[in-house]
Amino acid sequence: MIDPLSVFLLLLSASTPIVFAALGELVTERAGVLNLGVEGMMIVGALAGFAAAHATGSPFIGFVVAALAGAAVSMTFAMLTQFLLANQVASGLALTLFGLGLAALFGKPLEGIKAPAMVPGPLRINWIVWLGIAMVPLIWWFLNRSRAGLILRGVGENHDAAHALGYPVRIVRITAIGFGGAMAGVGGAFLSIAIVLQWTEGMTAGAGWIALAIVVFSNWTALGVLAGAWLFGGVTVLQLRLQAAGVAVPVQFLSMAPYLATIIVLVLISAQQKYSRRSGRAAPGSLGQNFYALR
Amino acid sequence: MNRRKLMASLAVIPAIGLATPVFAQEEPLKVGFIYVGPVGDGGWTYQHDLGRQAIEEEFGDRVETTFIESVPEGADAERALSQLALAGNELIFATSFGFMDPVINVAAKFPDVKFEHATGYKRAENVATYDARFYEGRAVMGTIAGRMTESNKIGYIGSFPIPEVIQGINSSFIHARKVNPDVEMKVVWAYSWFDPAKEADAASALIAEGVDVILQHTDSTAPLAKAQEAGAIGFGQASDMSNFAPSPRVSSIIDNWAPYYIERVGQVLDGTWESKGTWAGIAGGEVEIGEITEAVPAEVKEEALALKDSIASGEYHPFTGPLNRQDGSEWLAEGQVATDEELSGMNFFVEGITAKIPE
Repeated sequence: MIDPLSVFLLLLSASTPIVFAALGELVTERAGVLNLGVEGMMIVGALAGFAAAHATGSPFIGFVVAALAGAAVSMTFAMLTQFLLANQVASGLALTLFGLGLAALFGKPLEGIKAPAMVPGPLRINWIVWLGIAMVPLIWWFLNRSRAGLILRGVGENHDAAHALGYPVRIVRITAIGFGGAMAGVGGAFLSIAIVLQWTEGMTAGAGWIALAIVVFSNWTALGVLAGAWLFGGVTVLQLRLQAAGVAVPVQFLSMAPYLATIIVLVLISAQQKYSRRSGRAAPGSLGQNFYALR
Repeated sequence: MNRRKLMASLAVIPAIGLATPVFAQEEPLKVGFIYVGPVGDGGWTYQHDLGRQAIEEEFGDRVETTFIESVPEGADAERALSQLALAGNELIFATSFGFMDPVINVAAKFPDVKFEHATGYKRAENVATYDARFYEGRAVMGTIAGRMTESNKIGYIGSFPIPEVIQGINSSFIHARKVNPDVEMKVVWAYSWFDPAKEADAASALIAEGVDVILQHTDSTAPLAKAQEAGAIGFGQASDMSNFAPSPRVSSIIDNWAPYYIERVGQVLDGTWESKGTWAGIAGGEVEIGEITEAVPAEVKEEALALKDSIASGEYHPFTGPLNRQDGSEWLAEGQVATDEELSGMNFFVEGITAKIPE
């Protein structure tokens, strides 16, 4: 029999990269910016974090450097979309390709090196996992209960109105993009430092795209992000455990289960939205639109 | 670097068309590769790229090689193959099973280009196939696994349920059981050749089931890293993965494609290339057994090496009867040896494995 606690503990760590990346993207999108470069920022974070952890022997410094690196590459996106008013979808895709290539180039000397050991936190779970979970109420509080969060949401809902009220739309958005980059960087670094325990080219293998999907899945709420990441990570871990335990469920079904579960919930959410429209719970009004001050 | 090279070679095409060949300078033979993973995977693709580098070393200015890495199996592979063919490559190596139909389709459109497809079984006038008898190496790994396990549970991370992988699982299991009748095998399918996070999760799932020896047929070193964390052992896959020696990596199966690649490029250069299927193993040097480390007791090492030698000399075949299929029906009678046709279409587990093959 499969012990549910061990599945849960595995799920906690398997979903952490997505929790971080999706929470970061949530804040970015709430500010009205659609950054499709999550995958690119994650892999840059994975490489930078791993390199720093290896060089200093301290995983903690690795995560700090990963956050800085993620934020730094996200600034290229900020530059393109906020100052040069480039299309956000195209710039985001470019950031993904750029990040993957950049990391592959600089990652060559680090191939095959092992990550330094981490000191586990409570329940023999990595501290970063707990940090990821702690970020959920923090971000909820920030978005829904703080003045700064209200301004950020205002910028995301209607940037013209926010501008007319005198809020610095561009600065708010650049900050949000930077935060999203830092979070994606930490998520990526968790992958290289804590899960895979080494640097491998292309190691994010689509995690950034899943994070993007989870933001939509979450209906742009912090708690929804956690639920989505756990659902996706949980089903992934569970299907591997079921396979290892030799449970007679067709493997194809198990493999598609995480995606299937995500799609079903998305359908349920959109159905629910259709019949009970509640304000402030759908996509931000200005999502993906560039802002420039006419006067 | 590869993309840039490719662009450069695309740009050169019209120039070649216009220039009149006044000087009889011989154009180098262009050889293209598509890889399923990144060259830095440290496993399967890395070894193919070593083969490509060996070609450059061997033939120098007479060849020019290009590669496209991380090509998904499926429709995108056709695009990549066409791109290479249009760029003037005369010989193209497609190095993953899932490139099979794309290769056949593109080869029909470019009858003058020669294609080489790894691990597949569909051939054409201008499509040859090549493969290595990995199951011979798996027999050696299985022997070590059977001797080394303390929990009597060994785990296998499979990529896709295709004959090549199934041969490996069967061969490992048969030889583990031979030296340890109590051994059980757990199989997890990752449905990917290269996904480090998923491979790591699969290894964790196996370890949570009590497995202490992990075999893998996926390309990254992530399962070894996980094994190390949990105090389990594993084997290098496709490449030596010696960074993880002496433990958790206690030995490895190394794919050495260089001799085959050099031979085939040489045949194109002197005009003797023809379509055929090649399937060499330990004896041909395509499958090598990486150093067995000191983590393995001397007598186990000796036993494993003896098995390797008997396979290399042709004295022993890893699939020798009596062997039954999983459902208990007889497959090979006493002393009977599996034919290559049977092996290349293998779609069943042998008796004793409890996992089911996804259908």
